[in-house]
Amino acid sequence: MEYEVVIGMETHVELDTHSKMFCACSARFFGAEPNVNVCPVCLGMPGALPVINRRAVEFAMMVGLALNCQIARHTFWERKSYWYPDLPKGYQISQYQRPLAYDGWLDVDVRDLSTGNWSEESVRRRIRIRRAHLEEDTGKLTHVGDKSYVDYNRSGVPLLEIVTEPDIRSADEAYAYLSALQQLVRYLGVSTGDMEKGAMRCEPNMSLRPKGSAGFGVKVEIKNLNSLRAVRDAIAYEIRRQTALLERGEAVQQVTMGWDESRGVTVVQREKESAHDYRYFPEPDLPPLEIDDAWLEDVRRRVPELALARQDRYRRDFGLSAYDAVQLTSDRAIADWFEQVIAAAPAGDLRARAKAAANWIQTEVFRLMKANAIPNAEIASIKPQPQQLAELIGLVEQQVINLNTARQVFEEMFATGAAPRAIVEAKGLAQVSDVDALRQVVAEVIAAHPSQVQQYRSGQEKVFGFLVGQVMKATKGKGNAQVINRLLREALKP
Amino acid sequence: MLTVAEVERIAWLARLALSESEKARYASQLSAILDYAAQLAELDVEDIPPTASVLAVHSVMREGDEIVAGLPRADALRNAPDTDGVSFVVQATFDDE
Amino acid sequence: MLTVHAARERLRRREVSAVELTRAFLERIHALNPCLNAYLTVADEAALAMARDADARMARGEDTPLLGVPIAIKDVLSTRDMRTTAGSKILADYTPSWDATAVARLRALGAVFLGKLNCDEFAMGSSTENSAFGPTRNPWDETRVPGGSSGGSAAAVAADLCCAALGTDTGGSIRQPASLCGVTGLKNSYGRVSRYGLIAFASSLDTVGALTKDARDAAIMLRAMEGRDPLDSTSVEVVPIDVAALDESRDSLRGLRVGVPVEYFGSGMQPDVAQRVREAIDHLQSLGAAVREVSLPRTHLGLPVYYIIAPAEASANLARFDGVKYGLRVQGRDLIATYMETRGAGFGAEVKRRIMLGTYALSAGYYDAYYIRAQKVRTLIKRDFEQAFNQVDIIAAPVSPTTAFPLGSKTEDPIQMYLADVFTLPVSLAGICGISIPCGFDRDGLPVGLQLIGPAFGEQRVLEVAHIFQQTTDFHLQKPRLKGEP
Repeated sequence: MEYEVVIGMETHVELDTHSKMFCACSARFFGAEPNVNVCPVCLGMPGALPVINRRAVEFAMMVGLALNCQIARHTFWERKSYWYPDLPKGYQISQYQRPLAYDGWLDVDVRDLSTGNWSEESVRRRIRIRRAHLEEDTGKLTHVGDKSYVDYNRSGVPLLEIVTEPDIRSADEAYAYLSALQQLVRYLGVSTGDMEKGAMRCEPNMSLRPKGSAGFGVKVEIKNLNSLRAVRDAIAYEIRRQTALLERGEAVQQVTMGWDESRGVTVVQREKESAHDYRYFPEPDLPPLEIDDAWLEDVRRRVPELALARQDRYRRDFGLSAYDAVQLTSDRAIADWFEQVIAAAPAGDLRARAKAAANWIQTEVFRLMKANAIPNAEIASIKPQPQQLAELIGLVEQQVINLNTARQVFEEMFATGAAPRAIVEAKGLAQVSDVDALRQVVAEVIAAHPSQVQQYRSGQEKVFGFLVGQVMKATKGKGNAQVINRLLREALKP
Repeated sequence: MLTVAEVERIAWLARLALSESEKARYASQLSAILDYAAQLAELDVEDIPPTASVLAVHSVMREGDEIVAGLPRADALRNAPDTDGVSFVVQATFDDE
Repeated sequence: MLTVHAARERLRRREVSAVELTRAFLERIHALNPCLNAYLTVADEAALAMARDADARMARGEDTPLLGVPIAIKDVLSTRDMRTTAGSKILADYTPSWDATAVARLRALGAVFLGKLNCDEFAMGSSTENSAFGPTRNPWDETRVPGGSSGGSAAAVAADLCCAALGTDTGGSIRQPASLCGVTGLKNSYGRVSRYGLIAFASSLDTVGALTKDARDAAIMLRAMEGRDPLDSTSVEVVPIDVAALDESRDSLRGLRVGVPVEYFGSGMQPDVAQRVREAIDHLQSLGAAVREVSLPRTHLGLPVYYIIAPAEASANLARFDGVKYGLRVQGRDLIATYMETRGAGFGAEVKRRIMLGTYALSAGYYDAYYIRAQKVRTLIKRDFEQAFNQVDIIAAPVSPTTAFPLGSKTEDPIQMYLADVFTLPVSLAGICGISIPCGFDRDGLPVGLQLIGPAFGEQRVLEVAHIFQQTTDFHLQKPRLKGEP
């Protein structure tokens, strides 16, 4: 019997606002001393009342729009009651009946990750988004011995809970979905999406069923996943575990599993008891929210073109490979910078221009950024402006300098921010393209290396490179490579 | 009439420890109150909207996402039954929500 | 009998300093409070420090309506560095580091805080017998209750233990004790005064207000506290109360349309109470008001609606009392046991009853039948008032079916106690305003209150009518004879 896996993903994304969801405490809790960003509201003190942070709502609207969701025009908040020391009021202010966003989808390109190598091939899958709603985060518990220590810095930080339909069909798909979602929230600038720091928390709900059948098997929830890789590995492990059970004729138990990263296994965390009675009711301390056309349009304008759409566009309009497209859209800042280079480039073959820009960014720009410890997202802070790289590319295209020289020029641009043409002139780096001058040098090199010339003429192609090198050396590296090649080939004809 | 078992279920949901005599007493008192409230079941309220709020306001928000200093930690911990001066301390709990 | 405005007059004329006035009150409190138990916390040091500040401000020429005036605060309102118990064992030693907004506004205006006043635990009750710290006694007869839940506030004002007192009204908790203690108590429209810092009972019903000796003081106190607070999303902009307009109002009510709800004079009313209220309504008529009957057909549903909605909201509001962050902790064998034993020991019987009622009404399978249904009937009750106010300007009615009842006489049967609020609950459910003013006494000399009800944010007119009534009667000037009066 063959089984297929059905997965729904629940993701909590922490929104990167300055202040918390319902109070004005700082929302930047990571690394802070415990209980320093707290107030009566997020401590749940008697008499405290919540006030909605507008920016959190707008961030949530942006995510909803980016996920192609309907945005609720009339929505309200609800109290979700349960008991835990990190939940100071004994209820969480959340949304149940009317999520802020619903009925959307996210297209993702799924690649086979099993070989560990990059695959140009991918399958495009549409993952439907059931809902995305806003709520407040809880405090943090640290367990030491027989005590727990509670820190409320994180209590009240805005959280967006995004739930998919059970459309995900493999561990690779789950990885692709989460990867795309992470990239999306980063593109929007609404969250760091950093799983290691808890800014994005994922819980897959999965079950197996006989391949091709319609119903759902017993659902297992997986928690404690701290990276995208862990999600994929844990799902893969669970599929194997459950398949083995079913093949032995045993039943899968409806439990919550925790992923043990060090041992690479899932461990039963909790028997899934009867569903919690959260006793939802409308939050009386918060009036309802109405989202009118003007507000919605204002927020919609702030949603940029997203990664997948740009990848498709780069491949279609510029002829870039999937690999290049993915690299260049990995960060919105990179993609924006890349597009600015193209826009600033002198008129000509768009595809060639784009290809050149793509190469330069992926090689020299990334190399120098890495050497200077500048993260990709901060590409706009490097000294060379996109227009200046465009200019540099133009100089190579016009054969004013060769590629080698261009690399040196770019290093100078990176260090000083000076314009390429200025550097070329100041250092006299313009390449020698003068045909007569080069013909002279070629003749001198041929005269000086008779045995290599002989070898070439007797069929040893490899020697050609040596001779080119000698000409280049004689021109102190400034020789126009194409011209040298042509002249040398001509001169070497027997 | 609410049974003692139901009272126990509600008391558990509300995390209230009750003595046996309290359970019996509340069972009868709560039943009386709920019977009283049963009057409401006789009405036809099909087309009546529930009162979401007596106020006509909506979309009340804090506009600027600015940070305002809250309580100093000492004040936050001032009334804590058990603290190490930095965190609130409770007995360890194993169950993650 | 010192009203707020009379106290200000004496302070302004330098007849007395704020410190002297405060000292006089403190002395009186220490003499009379052991019997009355109106105060839970008497803040001698803090009060004198505030009085000294007020004297300094007066010396600099400041002359504002509350400067140097000694008041007291119901113990459900957070007061900075002053113990705040909500009348509960679970907060017996809780001291907040911050003020409720209403309190902060009074502090900024230079009022002097004499201390914190007793109340039913978490404002749940109609007699102050649910306080964990013993009941307050009615100054008119200390074998009787002062009403509740703001019983300490009403008794303190009636016994001259402060010029005015803050209270809260969720289902009648300012109006009913005002009626039973012969003082004035205004329940503001929901949203008029910020709830930030009020220890929540029922979030959609709670209001912060004051108990005073007369309508003029009620206007002064309201003016000082009202208005939009950015910390309370349910507080709104208001047109400020015009206190001077009260003084300028004519002593005629000609042109005023007064409605008397037929449903409010049913059986179960103490005959003397019905009689005094009818006489008071006749008096309004003699001042020129046009009195007619109105109908509020869903009046009888106020009680069941209230006792679903208020406990439901309270069950969630009181979930924060878990022994983790503040308040009582009773350590059990594990964390769950600690929660249960803390709350079992820390809450009194009425509070536990309401928490369970509310939990039940919200629990799976019952939510639609109880909570949603109650909110729908609430809409009907609100509409009753809206329709009535299309025909009249003010509604005149009783406050309480009885005068002050003996301590212990209604504690056996919760529903008996709930019935005390049958005339005040509907006003709370509708979110509108209502004032209780003294309108006479029963054959035992116990005070009777008249309720004047206005539409949402109609306090100006309600206060003007109350003021005119008090200009033309002297019920509010009567004082109880107190045992051990110094």
